[in-house]
Amino acid sequence: MTTEAPVEPPVRRTKQQRRAAHIAEHASGSMWAVVAKLALLGIVDAIAVYALIVLIGYQQWGVATLVAAVTILVNWIYFSRGKLPAKYLVPGVIFLLIFQVFVLGYTGYIAFTNQGTGHSLNKDQAISSLMATSLERVEDSATYDVTVVESGAGELGLLVTDPDGDVWVGTNETGLEEVSGATMENGKAVAVDGWTSLKFGDVVNRSDELEALSIPLSDDPNDGALRSPDGSKGYLYTSTLTYDPVADTMTNADGIVFADNGTGSFTADDGSVLVPGWTVGVGFDNFIRAVTDQRLAQPLMYVTAWTFAFAILSVATTFFLGLFLAIVFNDMRMKGRKIYRSLMILPYAVPSFLSALVWAGMMNQSFGFINEVLFGGADIPWLTDPWLAKVSILIVNLWLGFPYMFLVCMGALQSIPEDALEAAKMDGAKPWAIFRLIKLPLLLVSVAPLLIASFAFNFNNFNVIYMLTNGGPRDTAAPIPVGFTDILISMVYKVAFTGQTRDYGLASAYSILIFVIVAVISIIAFRRTKSLEELN
Amino acid sequence: MSTTAVPTDISTIPTKRPFKFGRWFTETGWRHIVGVVMVIFSLFPIIFVISSSLNPNGTLTGSNALFSTIGLDSYLRILNDPQVPFMQWFGNTLLVAGITSVATVFLGALAAYAFSRMRFQGRRVGLMSIVIVQMFPQILAVVAIFLLMSTLGEWFPAIGLNTHAGLILVYLGGALGVNTYLMYGFFNTVPKDIDEAAKIDGASHARIFFTIILRLVAPILAVVALLSFIATVNEFVVASVILTDKEAQTLAVGLTQLVSNPRYADWSAFSAGAVMAALPVVALFLFLQKYIVGGLTAGAVK
Repeated sequence: MTTEAPVEPPVRRTKQQRRAAHIAEHASGSMWAVVAKLALLGIVDAIAVYALIVLIGYQQWGVATLVAAVTILVNWIYFSRGKLPAKYLVPGVIFLLIFQVFVLGYTGYIAFTNQGTGHSLNKDQAISSLMATSLERVEDSATYDVTVVESGAGELGLLVTDPDGDVWVGTNETGLEEVSGATMENGKAVAVDGWTSLKFGDVVNRSDELEALSIPLSDDPNDGALRSPDGSKGYLYTSTLTYDPVADTMTNADGIVFADNGTGSFTADDGSVLVPGWTVGVGFDNFIRAVTDQRLAQPLMYVTAWTFAFAILSVATTFFLGLFLAIVFNDMRMKGRKIYRSLMILPYAVPSFLSALVWAGMMNQSFGFINEVLFGGADIPWLTDPWLAKVSILIVNLWLGFPYMFLVCMGALQSIPEDALEAAKMDGAKPWAIFRLIKLPLLLVSVAPLLIASFAFNFNNFNVIYMLTNGGPRDTAAPIPVGFTDILISMVYKVAFTGQTRDYGLASAYSILIFVIVAVISIIAFRRTKSLEELN
Repeated sequence: MSTTAVPTDISTIPTKRPFKFGRWFTETGWRHIVGVVMVIFSLFPIIFVISSSLNPNGTLTGSNALFSTIGLDSYLRILNDPQVPFMQWFGNTLLVAGITSVATVFLGALAAYAFSRMRFQGRRVGLMSIVIVQMFPQILAVVAIFLLMSTLGEWFPAIGLNTHAGLILVYLGGALGVNTYLMYGFFNTVPKDIDEAAKIDGASHARIFFTIILRLVAPILAVVALLSFIATVNEFVVASVILTDKEAQTLAVGLTQLVSNPRYADWSAFSAGAVMAALPVVALFLFLQKYIVGGLTAGAVK
């Protein structure tokens, strides 16, 4: 890395010479840096170009434009001189924008839709899906000779020779297109340029994919589709449903008309619904449902109350136990303090999901260690009684959390100036008064931000709840899978990802409600502690 | 603490007092009682799980007699059970948590360096918004993350659902935030004169960052790496939503499903798995204990 040793005494050089020397030194010294920078940017650009090709292939113009814009911006930042702060901030900020800020906004969008089980497609997809699931072979229709072919991208398609001798090729995506110049054998097209014909053995291996082949004859779904159950003959299938694009209705074989009445699915007059439906905006419905539907509002109420109780009590219990222990072990005269400390912080070192699962085993009503051994075979419903389960959760969270508070309080206690305490002692203050009037206030000043952070953490402390009680005992009166120890975040998870029906819209609406609560609390907390004022 | 006062009169120098149990107890003895009680409370779940992991054939009930039988059968059982790809979960967890923590430290340190050493427009706002955005944990947006990743997976299968790369990308969304803030505070304690001197010697900003600053702030990098490693090992929600294939899952997701009903589960095998899963984290923790305690107390005192 070192160049010519620049230790020679200052000789008189011209301005140009000096500048040249400077540039030369600079260039040789940062050679590796330049190479590394170019290599990294090259990789980023290569990935971006690949992404653009794929996105354009899927006709995702909006996303493609965004990717192109970001790539250009990144190149501009790293190739220009200056822009130093941006060079250091861009990598992290890109991730932050996609996986924190964007998903936040996207959650807001989903909260205003009916997305979830049966409503995850768009309308065109839902119509094709409905038609495709109700396909039936048209009796006495023509038989087509087919050859199974594979596109360059590995997608299966059919090469079709119709009774008139015309040749067509297509996939589920593209539909049938007429081709010319196919290789014919006994009046049947067997190969065509741009496609690989599959041998019989390969067709058998990929029978699942063949099963899924249903190539639409035209853009109108009512025209039906061509399917080939065996890979050598094809037949025309049409749907028992008929779609009328003008009236926007579906009619089934019995003549019942299902209309799009704006709720995201085709609904008949008698209220019966065709599944799947599609995603539509529903305005504030999810929010209104969450707070006005009696069966949903009641769980929301007690879950919110318990979330607050859990977060506050968790902080309070761990803090006071930690503080008490810090005071107890802050006495220099005591022997073996270090050993006690090392053993007591072990719960902090074990991953909490594991400890919570172990506690769940120990608290098992009929087989657990606590009932069987500690309580001599008692039958205490630690995790299955609504109230006792809450107590159990607090005990376990105390076990998990007190070492942290202990360490923090030890540090804070040691930072309290000794002379203040001495002065108080001189003035004749009793130990309790010293603690209450001097130590505690000084301690709280330094620990308060951590207590707020701890509150925020426990407010969304999913693991303890989920691993210990799974939110249970279950509230059977509620239409969503919610239990008496669920906190808000575990309720969101259950509404979205467990149970018979997934309701992404409702779950996101709950998420937004939590956002609002957390935001209000943090604003108040920050106003009070003014910890942001320290940013300089 | 009060014995440091310098005695002025020779007669006040205490002679060695005879040992009295009562006084010893009121001064320090009771503290040992508290200590012993707390150590028992802290250790008994850990002892319980170690004991049941050594129980060759244990159900939950069978594990209650601590250390009644000892053998390593349950370890072999969980390692060889084809239904439970434990080693794969272990590998997945180390891979995801390892890459996430290293990348998090790197991205966070880059940002912390910019905030600490450069003065630019929007710096204050940037710092503040990082803190505020972090108030909303990613799990609140888990539905959106799931839908985003399933859409991305249709276009780019390599980073979609069921890929570790995708999961790591999601985790890196949280790279800036509390970590950056912690590092920012530490970066500020490194004197600026050092970079000034290096700058005068002709070092570029990148060289200063990589060869000087990163070395000087190594302790905080270790703490952030460890905290991020532990957090990733513990992360359940996003991992369970993105990794649905059994083979692709992490320990948190896999082991939780393994004992979803502790009554019927092979409790010894689970305990063996739990002991093995906890070992690397506990070892790292004990190894870096000095730094962690220092980092926490520094945070408390600031």
